[in-house]
Amino acid sequence: MTDKTMTPDAIVGRLRSGMTLGIGGWGSRRKPMALVRALLRSGITDLTVVAYGGPDIGLLAAAGKIRKLVTAFTTLDSIPLEPHFRAARERGAFELVELDEAMFMQGLTAGAQRLPFLPIRAGLGSDVLRVNPQLRTVTSPYEDGEELVAVPALRMDAALVHLNRADRLGNAQYLGPDPYFDDLFCEASDTAYVSCERIVASSELTEQAAPQTMLISRHAVTGVTETPGGAHFTSCVPDYGRDEPFQKAYATAAGDPDAWKEFEDRFLTGTEQDYQAAVQAWHKEQR
Amino acid sequence: MTQTDPTAAAGAPEAAASSVTRAEYCVIACAEAWRGAGEILASPMGTVPAIAARLAKLTFSPDLLLTDGEALLIGDVPAVGAPSAVTEGWLPYRRHLTMAMGGRRHVMMGASQIDRFGNQNISCIGDWERPRRQLLGVRGAPVNTLNNPVSYWIPRHSKRVFVEKVDMISGVGYDSAAAAGPSATRFHDLRRVVSDLGVFDFGAADHAMRLVSLHPGVTVEQVRESTGFRLAEADEVPCTREPTAEELRLIRDVVDPRGLREREVRP
Repeated sequence: MTDKTMTPDAIVGRLRSGMTLGIGGWGSRRKPMALVRALLRSGITDLTVVAYGGPDIGLLAAAGKIRKLVTAFTTLDSIPLEPHFRAARERGAFELVELDEAMFMQGLTAGAQRLPFLPIRAGLGSDVLRVNPQLRTVTSPYEDGEELVAVPALRMDAALVHLNRADRLGNAQYLGPDPYFDDLFCEASDTAYVSCERIVASSELTEQAAPQTMLISRHAVTGVTETPGGAHFTSCVPDYGRDEPFQKAYATAAGDPDAWKEFEDRFLTGTEQDYQAAVQAWHKEQR
Repeated sequence: MTQTDPTAAAGAPEAAASSVTRAEYCVIACAEAWRGAGEILASPMGTVPAIAARLAKLTFSPDLLLTDGEALLIGDVPAVGAPSAVTEGWLPYRRHLTMAMGGRRHVMMGASQIDRFGNQNISCIGDWERPRRQLLGVRGAPVNTLNNPVSYWIPRHSKRVFVEKVDMISGVGYDSAAAAGPSATRFHDLRRVVSDLGVFDFGAADHAMRLVSLHPGVTVEQVRESTGFRLAEADEVPCTREPTAEELRLIRDVVDPRGLREREVRP
C-alpha cells in the first residue's frame, strides 16, 4: 500500500496560488499551524480559504495571502477577537462570505456528498442573506411547502487538517473530545493533507484508543506528515492545551506594526524546527 | 423600588436583601429564563448566565442538561471554572449544532447590539463591506434564533448596545422573522433579555421589547436614558425578585465561590 508521508514543504509544494483551501480545526483549536507556517514561507497567494477561523486566518491575512474568506467567525477563543483578521477586515483586505456555523456545516456536508446544496432553517431573516446575495432559497417539495435556505456545497481544491495520530497510509485519529469537522473538510476536498503529532504503526492506533477515534480514512487523504507541536499555539488535546501566554504575545504583537515585525523575524522566518526552538527559548525567558 | 441611589438599598428594612449584589440579581433573572424548561440543554454565553444555568439546575430546573463549555455533557454541577467529575454525554460542535436545529436547547447569547424587536448583532459595527469595527462574525446566531428558544444577556446596558437598528442582523428579531415568512417564524422564540439594569421580554405590541422588571436600585428613567429606542413598559414595573437564602448560598458557596459574577457586572 502507498506510503503517503511527505514533508510540510512538499505538501505546500502541491498547492498553487488561486486555490480554494479548507483548513480544519475550530477557532484556536487543533489548527494545522505547522502547515500554515509552511504556507507563510511559500510564494503562494490569492487563496480562497474556507475555515472556522482562528489564528490560521489571522496569519494568512496578515501575510496578504487571502483573496476571499468563507467563514462563520474568526476568534482566538480565550481572546475573543482575532487582531489580524479584524485589521484586515477593517482595511477591506479581502472578500468575505460570512455564513452561519450550521450553514457552514451543511455546506461541508454537501461538498462531501457531492450534492449541489443542502437545505437549512438558518439564514432566513438574518443579514447573512443580505451580504451574500448569491445565496438562494429552496421550497420543500412536500406538503409543508417550507421555504429554506439552500446552502451551496463547499468544495475545495485542498484541505489541511491536524490530528493527534496517523499512520503512513493516511488513516488519522483524534484523541481529544471534539472531531470538529476535519473529516468533512477532507471528504469535501479534491486533495487532503493531514499533519499529526506522531506517525505510528497502524496496529498502534487502536491499541489504547477506541476505534471511533479513527476520524479520517486513507481514501480521503493525499499526504500525511509528522509535525510534533504542529498545532501550536492552538490546542491539541490531550497532547497539549493552548499555549495561552504565547497566544497573548501573538495577539499583543499583532496590534502594533513594529512589534509584529519583531514577532515575524523571531518566529516566522525560519523552518518549523526554528519556530519550535524559538518558542522554547521564549518560554525560558518568561520564567 | 425606584430610588436613584443604588446604595440607598442598604437602608432597606430587609437585611438579607440589602446585601444582595446587582450581579446576584442578574444571576437570578438569568436563571429564571430556564424555569420549567425540562430536559433541554441550557447553553449560557458569559459568566453570569453560566452561574445562572447551574443555579437553575440545582434548584427549580433539575432536568437541565449542561456542558463543560467544550464537547461534554456534564452529570454534576461543579463551580464555574472548575472541572467536572461526571460525564453524561458527548456533545461536539457538530452534534451541538444539530441539537440547536432540533430545538432541544435554550441558549442565552450576548449582543454587541440589540434592537427593540430583538435583532442582535455580534458580527461587525458599521458598514459590513468595510466595517468600522470587526467583531466575531455571525457565529451560530442565525441558526439559533430560528430553531431554539433564545435569550440575551447584556452586562452593560447602554445606548451603544440597545440601538434603534443593528448594523448586521446576526440573531433574528421578531420583525425580521415575520418578514422572512412561516419557516422563519415556525420555531422562532425570543424569550427574555437580562441586562445589569433589568429584565425585558417581547410582550408588547408587535413583539416589541418591554421592561418587565427593574433590579433593585434601578429606576425606569435610568433604563430609558440607557436605551437607544422607545421601550414599552407596564404602568407598574416590579423589582426583579429576591433570591432565597438557599439560592444565595448556592451562588456564593457552591456555583461561584470565586465571585466571578462581580467582575462581569458593575456594582
